[in-house]
Amino acid sequence: MGDARSLPRLLTGVGGPPASLVEHRARYGAGTARTGLLDEIEAAGLTGRGGAAFPTARKAAVVRAQRGHTKVLVVNAMEGEPAAHKDRTLLATNPHLVLDGATALARAIGATRVSIAVARDEQSTVRGVRAALRERDREDRGLTLELFTPPWRYVAGEESALVHWLNDHQALPQYRPHRPSILRIGGAPALVDNAETCAHVALIARYGAAWFRALGTEASPGSALVSITGAVARPTVVELALGTPLRAALRAAGADPEPQAVLLGGYGGTWLAASHLDAPLANEALAPLGASVGAGVVVVLPAEACGLRETLRITRWMAHESARQCGPCAFGLPALALDLQQVVASGPDAPAALIRLAQRTDAIAGRGACRHPDGVVRLVRSALDVFADHLDSHRRGRPCAARTHRPVVAVPELEPEEDLVWQ
Amino acid sequence: MAVRSRTDTFVLVVDPIQCDGYGHCAELAPELVHLDEWGYPILVTEPTPLSARAVRESARWAVRDCPRRALRIERHAGTPVSTRPRRRTE
Repeated sequence: MGDARSLPRLLTGVGGPPASLVEHRARYGAGTARTGLLDEIEAAGLTGRGGAAFPTARKAAVVRAQRGHTKVLVVNAMEGEPAAHKDRTLLATNPHLVLDGATALARAIGATRVSIAVARDEQSTVRGVRAALRERDREDRGLTLELFTPPWRYVAGEESALVHWLNDHQALPQYRPHRPSILRIGGAPALVDNAETCAHVALIARYGAAWFRALGTEASPGSALVSITGAVARPTVVELALGTPLRAALRAAGADPEPQAVLLGGYGGTWLAASHLDAPLANEALAPLGASVGAGVVVVLPAEACGLRETLRITRWMAHESARQCGPCAFGLPALALDLQQVVASGPDAPAALIRLAQRTDAIAGRGACRHPDGVVRLVRSALDVFADHLDSHRRGRPCAARTHRPVVAVPELEPEEDLVWQ
Repeated sequence: MAVRSRTDTFVLVVDPIQCDGYGHCAELAPELVHLDEWGYPILVTEPTPLSARAVRESARWAVRDCPRRALRIERHAGTPVSTRPRRRTE
């Protein structure tokens, strides 16, 4: 690689065919085994790119400290966020970068198995990863690399749900009261890392922590993949230095230059008003606004749309995607969707529905085994805050300022409940 | 359990996956549990001193009588100088 400050790092060659192993080596160098990789990752300050932004080195150290002859490194490329397509794009561009990082991490924690999880609905990604694995036949001595294809569900990529599926073919989140908790696959301690996180590890192993920190901010170093959808010329994945102003990210994707708001983080994320578009894409700057980079999702809402209507569509789908294991999520999320529907309808029930929304979001928050309900609560609360003008019209039974009801956020169709596959 | 100090506390904790909303806990430990509109327990998150014997007894009954075995008591050792939970003994 050339200049440490040049981009892209991960997406070199994006748009072309996936890099073969030979092309990959030409692009990034062979990469030698590095001792003290976890220390280097720690110094680099890499955080997980799957949404939670937990320090990668610390998470790995917990698993490394576990006894046991076999450990498993799980590459999480489930990408359950419908508005995200960064892991898919990465795997379709530089699959061996992800696999290099995964094998390096596996060796660093003493794992003998690497399990790559791609949703089976993503046929072309599945084929691509399979082809890449065939090429590496002789590469990864002492490691077994295997591809797994769980069903695509919103929560199936949540790490405890993914491990649950790898154990029992049930893509359901588990209750983990004590953190950090050790996830196990058939008794073997498992470390789950997002695909993009693994790719960053591959580059840190090659070029070191100082190189990694040449981009990004002190607290959020490095680059990140951001999926930009909604009011854009076409859905785009861009690689940006963390700390890049949101406005610049939108420009890079050819998005509507004067949007009404953006949805940040994911479906369980936060609406941000256009007045905050100069905020840098870095968690330390977004936290005071109640937002986070999350899984690198940015959905652009144009001025002519109704954010409440969009929130209703997302909430309805998120309620449908509940694993229905916990009462507050199974019953609470559909209730939120109904309340929102009454608000959006601007009928006589709207004021009462609005009061119920406030009570119900308070009642639901923090009461699931996983964070799925919390995400929906965050989404709804931020919508009520950011779209206050629209809200006022709806409450008074008047049409809101929206000039179009054409859907903006690409929400998948609701599958009939009996067709939802969790196995 | 370790030596009990006067500042030791406990909280009632529910496994939300196990819980099926029978609601017995709200009857047995009304000091610590009330039910949401769907019948699922909302627990007091504020730690209760172990010295509050009546509440402790209610919590025990709630744990014992849960048909789904979804509840447990989590003890936190306190210290005379700080009320912050120092470690978990359960």
